[in-house]
Amino acid sequence: MGAFNSLTYNSNICIGCGECMMACAKAKSGDADRFDQSRIKIVPAGDNKFEAALCRQCGDANCVVNCPAGALTKNAASGVVDWNADLCVTCLLCTVGCAYGGITFESSVGHVAKCDTCGGDPACVKVCKSGALGYVTTASIYNDYGKQEDLFAPGLAACQGCNSELMIRHVLRRVGRNVVVAAPPGCIPGMGTVGYNGKAGAKVPIFHPLLTNTASMLAGLKRTYERQGRDVTALALAGDGGASDVGFQSLSGAAERGEHILFLCFDNEGYMNTGMQASSATSFGSWTSTTPVGDKLQGKRTDAKNLPMVMMMHNAAYVATASSVFMEDFYRKLDKALAASKQGFAYLHLYAPCPSGWRFPASLTIDVCRLMVESNFVTLWEYTPETGLVFTRPTDKPKPLESYLKAIGKYRHLAQEQVDRIKKLLEDRLVLLKRFVR
Amino acid sequence: MQSCTYLIVGASHAGLAAADAIRMIDQASPMILASRESHLPYSPTILPYVVSGRSKAERTALRSEAFFKEKNITFLRSAQLQSIDAEKSLAHFDQGTSIRFEKLLLATGAVSSLPAIPGLGDVAFHVLRTMDDALGLKTAMMGARRALVLGAGLIGTHAAENMAEAGMKVSIVEPEKQLLPGYFDAKASGLIEKAFDGHGIDLKFGRSVASLKPGVAVLDDGQEVPFDLLLIATGVRPALTYLDGSGIRIDRGILVDERQHTNLPAVWAAGDCAQVRLFQSEGTGVAGILPMAALQGRIAGQGMAGDEGQKPFPGAVSLNTYSFFGQQAISVGAGISGADSPGAETVLRFDETAKTYLRLVLKDGRLMGAASVNHPLDPGILWQLILRQTDLSDVKERFLADPKTTGRLLMSRLWR
Repeated sequence: MGAFNSLTYNSNICIGCGECMMACAKAKSGDADRFDQSRIKIVPAGDNKFEAALCRQCGDANCVVNCPAGALTKNAASGVVDWNADLCVTCLLCTVGCAYGGITFESSVGHVAKCDTCGGDPACVKVCKSGALGYVTTASIYNDYGKQEDLFAPGLAACQGCNSELMIRHVLRRVGRNVVVAAPPGCIPGMGTVGYNGKAGAKVPIFHPLLTNTASMLAGLKRTYERQGRDVTALALAGDGGASDVGFQSLSGAAERGEHILFLCFDNEGYMNTGMQASSATSFGSWTSTTPVGDKLQGKRTDAKNLPMVMMMHNAAYVATASSVFMEDFYRKLDKALAASKQGFAYLHLYAPCPSGWRFPASLTIDVCRLMVESNFVTLWEYTPETGLVFTRPTDKPKPLESYLKAIGKYRHLAQEQVDRIKKLLEDRLVLLKRFVR
Repeated sequence: MQSCTYLIVGASHAGLAAADAIRMIDQASPMILASRESHLPYSPTILPYVVSGRSKAERTALRSEAFFKEKNITFLRSAQLQSIDAEKSLAHFDQGTSIRFEKLLLATGAVSSLPAIPGLGDVAFHVLRTMDDALGLKTAMMGARRALVLGAGLIGTHAAENMAEAGMKVSIVEPEKQLLPGYFDAKASGLIEKAFDGHGIDLKFGRSVASLKPGVAVLDDGQEVPFDLLLIATGVRPALTYLDGSGIRIDRGILVDERQHTNLPAVWAAGDCAQVRLFQSEGTGVAGILPMAALQGRIAGQGMAGDEGQKPFPGAVSLNTYSFFGQQAISVGAGISGADSPGAETVLRFDETAKTYLRLVLKDGRLMGAASVNHPLDPGILWQLILRQTDLSDVKERFLADPKTTGRLLMSRLWR
């Protein structure tokens, strides 16, 4: 079973205008005024609040289990619970199974009715003014790329909950076999991508440059391929240490020269592979093994270098930040970066919260990724010399920063003045970034 | 001799739900699903619709051969369980087949129970519990003009409607004073009876058949009712003679705990053959309705496969939906018996002309039961409100005025 697209409803922002019910009634019966025909029911909850009853297309649906006629089936391709009018005997046992009011009977309709997502193009979502209804299609990305070949070995030894492993697998599925990969010292080769004991960790050419010369080695390879008339993607999978500290000189040079390289930086804010030492990308106040918490020191004393902004200032062909929690955004940026790397230098900065080094449970990586973006601790944007900077996620209603800091052990010791400093830094940075918006 | 990890006996809702639940966790271990039927799995609930022609017998299968192949399940047809040797983990079927199992689920359902009426052995009669019963009844209806139905439960009323719609003259004899006793009160039943009267069905309440002769039933008041076709629909009961000597404890059904486990470690039971705890009253009983069978089957399957997501059976709640002559009736929870309990509060809305009826019973601000005729409700939501004992105090007026919308509001919140 694959992943499925799904309708979403956010009761916090629903204004109860009823447009969705009219659109549904119109789509299902031709008559927008027949509210009884609507398969989505918005219910007033008092105080100008609203709730919704609609089919959730359950994975293991009770309506299907309760149907004696085989009229309800879970569609393995679309994920929709399909209703077959020919087989239905109107016994209503499906309505006994559903705890959501998702499949219902109205005598004026004469049969049970449920949402069929309009075949993957729901009419209700299109007319929703408040944005309370959504149709999440991220699942189809996973299905599409799930069909592509995974070009890393099945058993990489990343820590539990590491999203860098997940993301490098996604990247190579998209980039494909026609590639040469540079993986400088860090977690990515550490997990076995380059190889262990003479066994390759990837199914494509991959090499292990020094921290200092990643971009220059890759530039040389790329130029050699171009001289031979071969169109091979030159891809770097580097960590923040390899990109913003010792590897910075060659990275900056390659960007300045406009080398045809796709450079990905997986930012886990430190040298996590070698014992959680701080890097120049480690955020202010973070506990690391070299910025301990004790009498003299309360975590890192300096702010993180903002490498994506620095790369933007190189006027590279494409620069963007991305997070594994917004995969549609990530894939769109990866496509653009890949295209840009054919003509110039493309830099993609991926936020990679580290359960081992940051001290949070491995099961919460994606939640931490989400909080990181939603609290504006990081912002998602892209830059080209032609368009300037464009934010790809709204920054205007951030969640409290504390919700993010509290989720992570490396900030546990933070005093209020440290939190205030981070807040100030984030506000200033946002103001600065906005100046690059045209 | 065949052997398997999971042996499921019975291929209706409980057995199928168990097979699905097991395959969620364990895709590989050998599983045998044995059915006493020669057909692919079907639901007993569909049978009245097969009789009426609304459902085609060949399109009632709940699973296909391809499904069993894909899920690595051996589907064994025409296998009637004869006995169980728990010591040796053996199940013996008719025709000498024996299967060695590691874990056994008994989901053998129920059979029609026959009343002790003098002369029953001398007359041809029908019951409606299996596909072959349905096909036999359908065929018999073609050559018959006058039908007599014993019992005004769901099967009897459904079949009576089918036969009336087919142009037959139908009488129903029911010892109680109304249709569908236990689910509806006299007022609600009255609305349903009107539809039956309107279709020429002769309802003989408060009476029973004293004796039977070929073609004639003599009632306890002496009236003679002639018939060409006799349908006995006086109820069902689990058929458990195969358990003799097995050491598995039974009462009216197979005794199970809240995880559908019998007293033997390798044996589970679910569905119409199992005796389970009741949610709204003390003691245990055989639930005998589809949603409970499916739920019990899932719980049993989860237990057999060691699924950590298993939740215990909360207890059976009386539930039914009933369609008659294009109208609908719904009953959820202890509406009738609950109304008499101290502190219970009943709201009744009854409109004889509009043919609508709604009754809600609350106690201590919590829903006890609901019943309706031609008044749409979401029974799944009401069932949840009963199971969760949701406090309705804050929305009581609204709930009583509009249980459907208010129920949807509550569940939308509760599920978030």
